[in-house]
Amino acid sequence: MAEEWAIEASGLEKSYGPVTVLDGVDLRVRRGTVFALLGPNGAGKTTLVRILSTLVRPDAGGARVAGFDIAVDRQRVRRCISLTGQDVAVDGLQTGAENLRMMARLAGLSRPQARRRTGDLLAQFGLASAAQRRVANYSGGMRRRLDLAAGLVGSPAVIFLDEPTTGLDLPSRQAMWQVITDLVRTGATVFLTTQYLQEADQLADQIAVVNAGAVVAQGSPADLKSQIAEQRLELTLTDGLAFEDVTRALGARVVSTDPSRMSVGVATDGSAVHVRGVLDEVDPGGRAVRTFAVHAPTLDDVFLALTGHATTTSTNTTNTESEPAHV
Amino acid sequence: MSEITALRGSVAETIGTPTVVTDVVTMVGRSLRLSRRNLEVLLVSLMLPVILMLMFVYLFGGAIDTGAAYVSYVVPGVLVLCAGFGSATTAVSVSQDMTNGVMDRFRSLDVSGAAVVSGHVAASVVRNAASTVLVFVIAFAIGFRSDADILGWLAAGGVLLMFILAISWLAALVGVIARSPEAANGFTFFLMFLPYASSAFVPIDTMPGWLQGFSRHQPVTPVIESVRGLLDGTPVGNSPTLALAWCTGILVVSVALSVVAFRRRTA
Ligand SMILES: Nc1ncnc2c1ncn2[C@@H]1O[C@H](COP(=O)(O)OP(=O)(O)O)[C@@H](O)[C@H]1O
Ligand SMILES: [Mg+2]
Repeated sequence: MAEEWAIEASGLEKSYGPVTVLDGVDLRVRRGTVFALLGPNGAGKTTLVRILSTLVRPDAGGARVAGFDIAVDRQRVRRCISLTGQDVAVDGLQTGAENLRMMARLAGLSRPQARRRTGDLLAQFGLASAAQRRVANYSGGMRRRLDLAAGLVGSPAVIFLDEPTTGLDLPSRQAMWQVITDLVRTGATVFLTTQYLQEADQLADQIAVVNAGAVVAQGSPADLKSQIAEQRLELTLTDGLAFEDVTRALGARVVSTDPSRMSVGVATDGSAVHVRGVLDEVDPGGRAVRTFAVHAPTLDDVFLALTGHATTTSTNTTNTESEPAHV
Repeated sequence: MSEITALRGSVAETIGTPTVVTDVVTMVGRSLRLSRRNLEVLLVSLMLPVILMLMFVYLFGGAIDTGAAYVSYVVPGVLVLCAGFGSATTAVSVSQDMTNGVMDRFRSLDVSGAAVVSGHVAASVVRNAASTVLVFVIAFAIGFRSDADILGWLAAGGVLLMFILAISWLAALVGVIARSPEAANGFTFFLMFLPYASSAFVPIDTMPGWLQGFSRHQPVTPVIESVRGLLDGTPVGNSPTLALAWCTGILVVSVALSVVAFRRRTA
């Protein structure tokens, strides 16, 4: 019977000069599951992926991937994994089919096998009609999908995806999620990194939250969500008087206030029943509340909840997840 | 959702063992295809040599007295000059691979850096060989004549090929070391100037004294002298030996340093 763990890492450390990038990372990924490494820019996600995929040697600590030691059995590890990096790694001057055939040959497939596999993958990723077009003319989403397909030519057991959806629009991102979900159903193990809380929530069986090179929390999405901020209902009030009244009425349930904007935040599950209940309770006359909004927790909320301080790097544009993710 | 089996191939397909030969052949094919489709590269490697030759012959040729038809004098120089121009293309291609995600992907497939770089070098040699043939064809059309027998031609071709191979590996080394493709491009600049300070375009005797010492003892001069002499059917002395020694030296050092530099950069 194959091993239970697809990835086991302990005490991984890496520094570049004076900069400590990984500061003792331990994690385990069960076979046939999706594991998400969630963290802001500069947290060390890419470095960890490069170490686990044998491209970079750690300064200390070790890991087994697909049952093989990354330091001793590099070559065997490489036969079992694929890496789809943060930057798209396909040639713009080759067609989609040529890129995949090339990767398939490098992965050890014979010419006929490579041709067959290329056809299958292009069809699977909705790229069959673009197969003979140069990749330079692909859209960003198509290029990403081709890049992911190129990582799958060798039927890897462990698949590393470094920020597979960063920079994609919502439909492309959802298509990518579907592919990842399907991959795991075939028995593969997926290790992905992301800056999006909702992406990790949607896809992962286990999440590790990293910040500044250290894992600050690990668990199932449900475990983590029980630790972090729920959604927040923000009420903007008509005047100062209403602000004081509502704040008093909500009492200890207030999670945030902003007197300058006359807004008050309370925790909510986001359901219509709950929102209507709160509105009826604090504003029976229908005059005090001018507008309301429901905010999903952001990566910043997670870090605030888990570490008591905000993320070390500003990720203002990348992790505001106001768009609906569960469409 | 369509059937998901395509996402993972059958078990039989995963057993295939990639070999170094397959890797190198695949990488050569890639580099050749990329050069063929890059218009800029095609122009530099095919058009530029011809344009340069026409320019030298018709613009400068009248003013330079080399004691023979200038086209016959200048062809070796044009070929060497263009090998220099071509080296920029090679260095930039290698550097692009080094600095974008594709090298990580290749390495995660256990493709060696040497295979990737060899692909670029092979493409470089093919590009230069093609431009060499083209230059000769046009040169003949505008009055180039050779008294060489078949052995002379083979020997001249051999020296040129060695030079192209050496320059291509040197360019690849630059590409492996450079921090960016722009830097790689800049580094190869000096390669383009070496031919001017040799007997490629004007006899060394016509140069200022301080330059003559350098010109006589730099690698391009014996290459030029060998090719010119072999094609003319005139005595070449020890030029071919010197040329091959230089080229072999550059080649060995470039390959060795490339391997070391690649290891260091991807440690
Ligand atoms: N090769 C390198 N040399 C120097 N510093 C590096 C190198 N790679 C990564 N770093 C630094 O390590 C930190 C983490 O980088 P990275 O692993 O890319 O984080 P993430 O992928 O989470 O954004 C950053 O501060 C980055 O500047
Ligand atoms: Mg990263």
